[in-house]
Amino acid sequence: MTKTDKEMAVAALESGTVIDHIPSDALFKCVKILRLAEMPHKLTIGNNLESGRLGTKGIIKVADTFFPEAVLNRIALIAPSAVVNIIRDYKVAEKRPVSLPKQLRGIVKCNNPKCITNNEPMATIFEADADNSALIRCRYCNHTVEAAKAEIL
Amino acid sequence: MNPNSLVSIDDLSKEQILQLLETARYFEEHPNHKILDGKVVATLFFEPSTRTRLSFETAVNRLGGRVIGFSDASTTSSSKGETLKDTIKMVSNYVDLIIMRHYLEGAARYATEVTEIPVINAGDGANQHPSQTMLDLYSILKTQGTLENLTITMVGDLKYGRTVHSLLMAMKYFKPTFRFVACDELKMPREYIDFCERQGIPYEEHKDFSREVIDSSDIIYMTRVQRERFSDIMEYERVKDLYTLHNSMLDTSKENLRILHPLPRVNEISHDVDDNPKAYYFDQARNGLFARQALICRALGIKVPR
Repeated sequence: MTKTDKEMAVAALESGTVIDHIPSDALFKCVKILRLAEMPHKLTIGNNLESGRLGTKGIIKVADTFFPEAVLNRIALIAPSAVVNIIRDYKVAEKRPVSLPKQLRGIVKCNNPKCITNNEPMATIFEADADNSALIRCRYCNHTVEAAKAEIL
Repeated sequence: MNPNSLVSIDDLSKEQILQLLETARYFEEHPNHKILDGKVVATLFFEPSTRTRLSFETAVNRLGGRVIGFSDASTTSSSKGETLKDTIKMVSNYVDLIIMRHYLEGAARYATEVTEIPVINAGDGANQHPSQTMLDLYSILKTQGTLENLTITMVGDLKYGRTVHSLLMAMKYFKPTFRFVACDELKMPREYIDFCERQGIPYEEHKDFSREVIDSSDIIYMTRVQRERFSDIMEYERVKDLYTLHNSMLDTSKENLRILHPLPRVNEISHDVDDNPKAYYFDQARNGLFARQALICRALGIKVPR
């Protein structure tokens, strides 16, 4: 299969956002984090595509949608390798990696059943662990969660 | 959130800790200084803890304040399904300070976020209990004359014991050397070992509660080894007596050595130690009163004479 054939596998976007280089096992969590199920726009999701870097990868294309940077950065939690492409007039107008925000509000479930967040109607807050970048820490009970395995609310 | 709230010992700087200890010393000399005249303090104990509640309530009473509250959530609206937020907001209308104990971890942090009244955490599940740490620090300071350069040996349940974890974190300012004495099942968790390494704090891990370890310690901090912590009951039976302190083990210990224990004790300190002048655990509990008086004044923003 030539490179052109591969590119043809997913329709080109006139305008919108393409998120590439998502690890295959993180793709559907990204869909959840970005609340894509609730979106009215044309949406293309591909998974288990060949990737030199990752083995296999996932890709998300959303037409006519430009997410706030802070929203896109949330996926760095589970897909730190993801690359965001902003498409305008069929061209890549901007390309950038994602980086984990300091605080994740209402996105991750705390896996400590005795944590207040699992017992009160309130939003969870997780912060990047100061010592281990693979971990995020519950602001309330101090339990840590491995970012890549976080349960998305 | 009120900036004078105290949820975790980590919220305090070295200077703030030293200032609180100085205030505690003042209250030890003047325990009945009535500087809380007209103040009402709520003690909200969603989980019973007689020792901590009596200590806090005595502290308020000796300072001349008034106390309202409950000692068991089953008698309150939370048993009817009221949220913690609503309880805190309601009580905030009546009082100047909330002292709370809760069975859920993170409850105190959340409470600080829903009220402008200062909140003191008197224990939230297995998470934080900063007033215990303050009284431990005050006990160490009082018995050693300093907090700096001490060799502190922690014995027993180092895995689940929140008092040893908080004390370890708070001591980071004072150049300690730590000895951790525990069996494999209850050894100091990796994150606290990493903490020592990052902070450059020297530490040793021991399985034997040996004479050598005892004789080089300035403080021995004993904790309770609880049967329910063991997945293998045979393992409990095997280790339970290995971490018991007997009076004869102190024969050649340092003159300044003091034995601390957060209490209640079961059998990890044999009763023949109680009469040894190096046994300090009952005085330690008494120090809790002064440490809590200091914390209450800080939370209320009340200046204490030096």
